[in-house]
Amino acid sequence: MEPMNASRRNFLRLVGLGVPVSVALAACGGSPTKTGAGGSSGGGKGVATYWTLSGKPQEDIRNDTVARFNQANPKSKIDVTLFANDAYKQKVKTAIGAGEGPTLIWGWGGGGLKSYVEADQVMDLTGWFDDNPDLKEKRFPSTFEAATVNGKLYALPIETVTPIVLYWNKKLFDQVGAEPPQSWGDIMDLVPKFNAKGIAPFSLAGQSLWTNMMWLEFLFDRIGGPDVFGNVFDGQKGAWSNPAALKALGDAQTLVKADGFQKGFQSTVADQNADQALLFTGKAAMMVHGAWTYGSMKADGGDFVTGGNLGYMNFPPVDGGAGDASATVGNPGQYVSISSKASSEAVDAAKKMLTTTMLDDTEVKKWVDSGNIPVVKSAGDLISGVSDENDKPWLQYVYDTSSKASVFAQSWDQALPPSQATPLLDNIGKLFQLSISPQQFADNMNKTIGT
Amino acid sequence: MTTDAPPAARPRSNPRGERAGQHGPVLWMALPALAVFLCFAVLPLIGVFALSFTRWDGLGPIHLAGIGNWRSVFSDSDLLHSLWVTFEVMLYSWLVQTPISILLGVFMASQHRYRAVLAVFYFIPLLLSAAAIAVTFKALLDPNFGLGPGLHSSLLTQNWLGEPALAMGVIIFIVSWQFIPFHSLIYQGAVRQIPQALYEAAALDGAGRMRTFLSITLPQLKYTIITSSTLMVVGSLTFFDLIFVLTAGGPGDSTRVLALDMYRRGFGANQMGPASVIAVILVIVGLAIALGLRRLGGDADESQLEGI
Repeated sequence: MEPMNASRRNFLRLVGLGVPVSVALAACGGSPTKTGAGGSSGGGKGVATYWTLSGKPQEDIRNDTVARFNQANPKSKIDVTLFANDAYKQKVKTAIGAGEGPTLIWGWGGGGLKSYVEADQVMDLTGWFDDNPDLKEKRFPSTFEAATVNGKLYALPIETVTPIVLYWNKKLFDQVGAEPPQSWGDIMDLVPKFNAKGIAPFSLAGQSLWTNMMWLEFLFDRIGGPDVFGNVFDGQKGAWSNPAALKALGDAQTLVKADGFQKGFQSTVADQNADQALLFTGKAAMMVHGAWTYGSMKADGGDFVTGGNLGYMNFPPVDGGAGDASATVGNPGQYVSISSKASSEAVDAAKKMLTTTMLDDTEVKKWVDSGNIPVVKSAGDLISGVSDENDKPWLQYVYDTSSKASVFAQSWDQALPPSQATPLLDNIGKLFQLSISPQQFADNMNKTIGT
Repeated sequence: MTTDAPPAARPRSNPRGERAGQHGPVLWMALPALAVFLCFAVLPLIGVFALSFTRWDGLGPIHLAGIGNWRSVFSDSDLLHSLWVTFEVMLYSWLVQTPISILLGVFMASQHRYRAVLAVFYFIPLLLSAAAIAVTFKALLDPNFGLGPGLHSSLLTQNWLGEPALAMGVIIFIVSWQFIPFHSLIYQGAVRQIPQALYEAAALDGAGRMRTFLSITLPQLKYTIITSSTLMVVGSLTFFDLIFVLTAGGPGDSTRVLALDMYRRGFGANQMGPASVIAVILVIVGLAIALGLRRLGGDADESQLEGI
């Protein structure tokens, strides 16, 4: 019996090991990464906290800015915590409600910011902007709209301006002998051409839902102009039943029915960049996605970007539509607010970082080098100094699209308050699943107006 | 085999034990558990019940809302849908898990070394966290980068998580894969408790394997089936992590169980009132089902070993 017992004990020991290992593995997947921002400072020692998003190359620049600030201000260090995009939206809201939020709250402005303002969770920064006029002076004026609630400023625009872009794979277009679409009609003509070759026409991370929403944002604008969603935003009764809205919703479903997206798009998630991988591995010909994906496609796509295979353009017009083809949608900037619950010491440190280090010349240059246009006016001058032959035209494109857009509309789910954004995403999921009609979509959404 | 089950010490045959066991010490020993239960189960439950009558966005002050939340949730077709999906998950996962668990449990109960080795392998899925399992299966089932395209197998290259029926099937499969080992273990223990004399008598009467299984093993497992079913059914009410990571309730809302609906309303739309209503409904449904299953078992004191 002796050896038998021994082996059983070994087995138990293995099991004992296995549990913590699997827990640790799971922890890697779900929990945020706390970085000491520079390594030497270590986590949890700072006087203020900053929560922002993970994902390369952006997180390196975010970490670097905080690390440089901490190095210059060893007595008022700031701890940065990184979260994955989709998880962050809920996490930060819950933490703020529970009084556990960070000093510096990273966000998208708009409706989410408004809900913090209404709950008195973020500081009114209007006076601070008056004391520091250069903060406002150096940024694009268009970025301040989403930072303003009831005429007061509650957030500082930071980081980059990211319009939504129609990307295309030049290799695949050559292979099929097709030209990039100049109209919605062209898009619908390209769909069967690519499908016949076993290539998905468009890549879409449909499970994330806000990805599907970008299609509707463009279709609404191109078909009916900016007022169609503008009326929804203003809370006009029945705004979703606008004929232009119904046509846009119908067009989106026509594209789904024509197999316009890759097989299984409903279960593809944007956080894992699988949608970008489809484009750069040659499984999908086109993708409508934010300008922020350029950097990760360049990093992960092998020679896809560096070999000059990435094409990009603004979303084409819809035949007979009322919209202006120069208009764009996306994120006019990212935003950072200061918690109204933070200690004065933390607020001082936070304000100091925002005025001294955030978007200073070093950070601006890093953003430009990573293929992004930061929200400062000086960015335009830096483009000519970029040596990378692929980054240069890309940066010029993003700069021109953003600065020359007749309208730069904010992403819907960020512009609307959460009580409307959640049912919106929910109904978008059903619309792309073809389980509701455009009319049902409009009826469901009309009910949420005014909530 | 009879040596495996030492005769249970009957309290009545030991008056000293009865006195020591029934009074002071038992209550005293139950206190820590009771305190934890009060703190982490009963108090939050009361809180959620109170919240279900309020309007709260999770950020600002709490306003009383009367029965407004209850009315709006019950007039919402989303609730019925989520209830139905929850019921489907419950029913299908029970239907799949129970027979397989019983058969595996019976198989593992016999004293063969190779079966003990196999039992170790069955047990592995139980050691993994639901989130890790979901991430792994999501990667394996991806129609563009997953197992199917990797092996060039068109049979495996389905839109597994993008078709409502397939997505439901995948969830049932993974749930079963994860929990069958646990329930097999329960059945294995129960089968080993069945007195060998019953089988010997059956063999003398000329009963075959099938007959023995149906007339002795299954009836003797009655209470174990009820216990295991209660765990399965009540457990399936609370599936959240697996489904959240795997499908996020999609495609559309086809796998949105009650727990996900609660999360979506509370933490997505910032409507804690309606979310609390759903939480209360979950508790009520869970309690009702657990009580119902106990009733099914009849009088728990009734002996299954009469005449032995």
